[in-house]
This record gives sequence, C-alpha cells and structure tokens, in this order.
Amino acid sequence: MEAINAFIAQYGALMAQGTWDAIVMTVLSTLFAYVIGIPVGVLLVLTEPGALHPHRIFNSVLGWIVNIMRSIPFIILIVFMIPFTRAIVGTSLGVGAAIVPLTVSAAPFVARMVEQSLAEIDGGLVEAAQSFGASTWQIISKVLLPESMPSLVRGLSITFITLFGFVAMAGTVGAGGIGDIAIRYGYQRYQDDVMVVAIVLCVIIVQIAQSICSAIARKIDHRVR
Amino acid sequence: MIVLDHLSKTYVGSAGAHEALCDINLHVESGDVFGIIGQSGAGKSTLVRCINLLERPTAGRVLIDGADVTDYSGKQLIDLRQSIGMIFQNFSLFAQRTVLRNVTFPLELHGTPKKQAEARALELLELVGLSGKANNYPSQLSGGQQQRVAIARALASNPKIMLCDEATSALDTLTTHSILGLLRDINKELGVTMVVITHSLSVAEQICNKVAVIEAGSIAEQGKTADVFGNPQSAATRLLIEADQGFACAKGGN
Repeated sequence: MEAINAFIAQYGALMAQGTWDAIVMTVLSTLFAYVIGIPVGVLLVLTEPGALHPHRIFNSVLGWIVNIMRSIPFIILIVFMIPFTRAIVGTSLGVGAAIVPLTVSAAPFVARMVEQSLAEIDGGLVEAAQSFGASTWQIISKVLLPESMPSLVRGLSITFITLFGFVAMAGTVGAGGIGDIAIRYGYQRYQDDVMVVAIVLCVIIVQIAQSICSAIARKIDHRVR
Repeated sequence: MIVLDHLSKTYVGSAGAHEALCDINLHVESGDVFGIIGQSGAGKSTLVRCINLLERPTAGRVLIDGADVTDYSGKQLIDLRQSIGMIFQNFSLFAQRTVLRNVTFPLELHGTPKKQAEARALELLELVGLSGKANNYPSQLSGGQQQRVAIARALASNPKIMLCDEATSALDTLTTHSILGLLRDINKELGVTMVVITHSLSVAEQICNKVAVIEAGSIAEQGKTADVFGNPQSAATRLLIEADQGFACAKGGN
C-alpha cells in the first residue's frame, strides 16, 4: 500500500498527463483522419469499374496515392514529415506536432476501411434508390453511409487502437504521451514499475475503446445476425 | 402510355459485343398490367430497366405519355423516375431504416416535409395491410411483408407506372398469391399501370391482361394473355407452356 502511495506521489501527475496527452493525440488524429478518409473512401467506391461514376484513371491514381502513403512505415513518416509539420504547427515537438504525421498516416488507412465498409452494401439498394430518382449525393448520404454505419463504427475501433499504438511511437521522437514515459522512465532509467503501469494503462484504454465501439455497433445494427 | 420503339441494348465487354435486347417494340396502354415473360437471361430485366433508364438503350426510343424520354438527364430524369415506382425480387429495403422510413424514402429525396411524408407513409402501410409495423425494421418481417413494404415505398410518390421485377420469385406460393392480389387491387383501384417481369406462366396468367414473350433479347410474340397462352404462335411460348405443364405433372405425380 505504501509502495503504491509512494509511486502515485512520485509519478501520478506525470502518468496522468501522459495518458491524457496520448488520448488527446489519438482522438484528434482519428477525427482528422476520418475527415480526410471518408471522402477519399467514398471517391474510391464511386469511381470503381461498374460503380455509379466509373473512372479508371482517377480510381487508379487515387488508389496509388493511398497505397504509397500506406507503405511508408510510421516511424519514418514522422521524421520525413518534420519540415512539413514545422510549416503547419510551427514546431516538430509536442502533442500538436504529433497530430500531423498521425493524421497523414491514418487517413489512407481510414480511406481503405471506409471503402471496404461501403463496398459491402448490396448494389440492389443503390439501384432501388436510383429508381426513386436519388442523386449521387443522396445515394452517398442517405444509402451508402447510413447503411454501412455499423461496419464504419467497427472500423473506427480498429483505427483508434492502431493510432493509439502509433502515438506511443510518436512519443519516442518528442510527442509526449504514455509511450514517451514508458521509454524514458521504464526503459532508459530501468524503472520497471513505471513500465508496467504504462502498459496496464494502455491495455485499459484499448479495452474501453473497443468495448464502446462494439456496443454502439451492436446497438445501431438492425440486420439479422 | 409506354412505348418502346425499335429498342436495342448492346453491352460491349472484353469478350466482345453482347446484344441483350434486339429491336424491341412494345406498346403498354394506360391501365394495363403488362407481362414480360421469358427464361433467365432472356433480357427481361434489362428491358424493364430501359423504361426508367436505369439502363440506357443503345438504339431506339422510350416514349412515356408521348414524350421521348430516351435522352433525359438531370432534373428531367429525376422527375421521370419519381413518376415510376419499382419493386424488386429481393425487395431491396434499407436494413437500417424502419418500415416507416423506408416508405418515406422517395419523399425525402424530393424534399417533402417530414410530417406530410410520414402521414402519407402510414396511409400506404394501411393500404398494404401493415399499419402495425411502422416502427419495425425489415429484418423483423417475413418475405411477403417485406415485399408489401417495398410496394408501399414504390407508391409513395404517387406514380402512374409501377415496374415489378420478378416481384414474387423469392416468395412461396401462398404469399405470391396474396402479393399478386395486392398488385391487382392497386392496378384497379389506384389506376397504376404495371409492367410485370416474370419467368412464371402462372404469375402472368393471374394478373396480366397482356403479355410479351421474350427470348434471347427479342420479342417472340405478344398480345392478350388468353390469346398468347391459349393459341401460342412461337416456339418460345410453347416451351414455356410445356415447362409449366411438366412442372404441374411432376407436382401431381408426387
């Protein structure tokens, strides 16, 4: 008990700040990644061969860009993007700066995720909507996105958890957060207690995120399963 | 009311050109229940999709109420489709929308106020005998009930024409009978002209006053239902009748 109190007294504030920073970085970069990823995913689906607006060249070029961005390992992307990050947020250190490479890394991932969710929608539904005179925009907003919402929410938990892992990596190059603490205190200073607590906190956060998303997906899905 | 004039549709694919429809001439009059009957792959679905331009014909014209709609696009196309309801073999209901919101869907698209759309949807649900199911989801309904919802949805914007693409093919005999009864009532009481796609002779006999037999993308013969089936002129029609009788014999033999 005393040991726990002593640990909290020494590291409590640090760990709390680190956890908070990690959550903020993950939530914000997830949010920005969806802001970019949803339209890109929708464009990929719409321009596929046989889709509503097939366009082979546009679809291939967009697909290549997405693939190229997805093939750069995150740790390299952070360093590679430093000049760009500086231009946008004015610094390459801290929570704000980490969000830039996190978003750039996650957006193409989200685009593929959204593409996959939308591709599951039965073409018959799109045809039915067309037969009632729906415009392309109405098909996206009233059919494709709402009908794939449970799948999109399940994808959201995957994105969130992946990005939470990336945040820990970003921590090693000056972003702060719980990964940064685990490396600096737990690894470099051989403080095993800090390392263990950091890992436990990560596990708890991931579990909570997964449970919330799964519960929402179940609640909003009205198909038979 | 609906005239298909020398209509052809050719698909060009990697395997070469495939002629799905070849020189189709049809005349559906107001109030008709017009059957288009043929085997799988004969071109029935492509034909019916040319009427609301889900498929664009490669040659020929589509006339609706005397207007050539073949090249309609944008607002004109949306207005045209609003005046043509459609139902499908697999119902194509929106799984994440309640029954009520499935029926209001076509009205939502055209900006009908919510209250008004819901009132109209409840009226239609009563017409198809599902007043109590407004807040259920499609997955909670039987196949026959789902098709009734689809019929209510197709009627939402008060169409003059309804296209039925194998509407009863996924349903059992009894349910088929009741759905056909409902379609007949809608034709009689609301005066909706119907084009019914089917591979089933008995469906055509039960509700169509006129039929066209289609084979390999061409019309083999057409006319009043009783004449076509009572005195078949084409091999395609005789084959359909034989298949149907064979099926009846097989059933009797069991």
